[in-house]
Amino acid sequence: MPTLSSLRLKNFYFYVLLAAGGLVALAGLYAVHMMESHGHIITGMNNQIVWGMPHVFAIFLIVAASGVLNVASIGSVFGKAIYKARAPLAGLLSIAMLAGGLAVLMLDLGRPERLMVAATNYNLTSVFAWNVVLYSGMFSLTAIYLWTMMERRMNPWSKPAGLAVFAWRFILTTGTGLIFAFLTARQAYGSALLPPMFIVLSFAWGLAVFHVVQTVIYAWNEKALDPEILRRKKNLLGVFVIGSLYLVGAYHLTNLYFAHEAAFERFILLDGGIFPSLFWWGYIVVGSVVPLLLIYLPGMNKPKWVMTASLLVILGAFALLYVFIIGGQAYPLDIFPGYQVSSTFADGQIATYQPSLYEILLGFGGLAIAFIITTVSVRVLNFMPQDKSYIAD
Amino acid sequence: MKTSLGAAAIAIAPGMLLFSPAHGNTAAASSKVRWGMLIDTTRCTDGCNDCVNACNKENGLSGGTSPTDSQWIRKIEIKDVSTGRAVSLPMMCQHCEHPPCVDVCPTAASFKRADGIVLVDRHRCIGCRYCMMACPYKARSFVHEPLHDQKPDVPRGKGTVEACSFCVHRIDNGQIPACAEECRNKAILFGDLNDPNSEIHQKVRSVSSTQIRADLQLNTGIRFQGL
Repeated sequence: MPTLSSLRLKNFYFYVLLAAGGLVALAGLYAVHMMESHGHIITGMNNQIVWGMPHVFAIFLIVAASGVLNVASIGSVFGKAIYKARAPLAGLLSIAMLAGGLAVLMLDLGRPERLMVAATNYNLTSVFAWNVVLYSGMFSLTAIYLWTMMERRMNPWSKPAGLAVFAWRFILTTGTGLIFAFLTARQAYGSALLPPMFIVLSFAWGLAVFHVVQTVIYAWNEKALDPEILRRKKNLLGVFVIGSLYLVGAYHLTNLYFAHEAAFERFILLDGGIFPSLFWWGYIVVGSVVPLLLIYLPGMNKPKWVMTASLLVILGAFALLYVFIIGGQAYPLDIFPGYQVSSTFADGQIATYQPSLYEILLGFGGLAIAFIITTVSVRVLNFMPQDKSYIAD
Repeated sequence: MKTSLGAAAIAIAPGMLLFSPAHGNTAAASSKVRWGMLIDTTRCTDGCNDCVNACNKENGLSGGTSPTDSQWIRKIEIKDVSTGRAVSLPMMCQHCEHPPCVDVCPTAASFKRADGIVLVDRHRCIGCRYCMMACPYKARSFVHEPLHDQKPDVPRGKGTVEACSFCVHRIDNGQIPACAEECRNKAILFGDLNDPNSEIHQKVRSVSSTQIRADLQLNTGIRFQGL
């Protein structure tokens, strides 16, 4: 039984956490203000690397926002009880990360004040414009889904709502993958494998974020997670990490097979400086192999190992996105296949990119927004998973 | 009724004048026209930067070549890896018939005028840079800094994307693009590809010319001779 003084202390910690999150979000806003008044010149982005660090953060948050709903879908669509108990928390995390990711994406625009233009002028051939619809639809659908789960009278509707969210998030992550898949002229992108790759990555990243938040919430409330539930959920993370490795592998192998992509693959996987290091050490070793060992080696059943594995998967995600987004642009666009080229506009040269503090602050600002939404919501509403005594489905 | 209509007309008429175009040219771009260029790379000389300088001057660009500076046109030196043959040529927006930048622009700020000129509406561009990712020619630049002393005919804006406009303000005044005019070797031939009597139309029929990245089937408005 918690004592009054321990509750007071916890209350104090809550406000400290909130203030810390608020400070980071404020720092992000400060970066936006600086970028607004000085222009993107103060970022590391340029005419060759047009999308930088903010996009790494934004795409991570958006992809994970879609993937975290997998937990909800396994509950609502496939009827698994332990996942159903976690569906509200998954829905909340999805909304929080989507908000954080979209905030970063929008505040990085050259003209963020023209949001109304983006909201009222749709170019139907643009996958970006589709995504505006997909993202706002996802917000509304997930909010409705949460309502059907948390308001007892609406409970009968939670299954159809869950089904709608299930379908919507597949389309949404397909849309995110298509942003790159439609860039046919660029060696790094323009592959039909990208949408399914992003979908499987979203499963792993979303579940990893879920594990981290769940572990923290259980620790905060001084509750222990049923070891059997933990075992099932960490095994699922393992399957998703293996699935991600498979699709990332297939993407690079297909590229290696096309003669005109071989030089690009060599750059990304072998001699491209920071990019091969981030790919092999960041994504493959730290972000995939070590988590898999932590998940599958016998005797690693403690929540702290699952938490570590999940944090590493998240780190690996950032490494992979950095390689994919920045590395993909750093490799020179092949305008004259078969020719050596040079110009004042970096034709034929590897583009350089040094992320500035402002970009990083903006990215962390997005994480902070997701953090604040989650922390406040978890405190004011009941998102704590309510497990019945465990029964195998 | 009549009085009020009359009063309204008197009230509006002076205001109407405020909306008249700056150059008095009210004719809309015609879809019968397809503006294009034929660039003779055999005449283009290595080290000559006339077209680039003319473009910078005409459009009020700084002429800087740092990674954040706008370059609407640039000279590219290319060398065939297998034969060693070297060619120098200008590269800019290719004014595609099927421009990827227009396809991907979320707000339709990137658009193609009826006469084939691909432009950016600076009032609609939100600065997402997706067009820069989609352009196969790296023809577009993003304005990274606040701008000063702009040319009245060439509005630009911090936080928006820009590219070669074929000097649309000159075309609408019956002139040719600055790069074509200033090229000392007369390597750039500008004209209406659709007009059977135009020099460019007759020349593209008689000489062998290529489009860059023709494999993408964008049907560029700029063709190269001697590649």
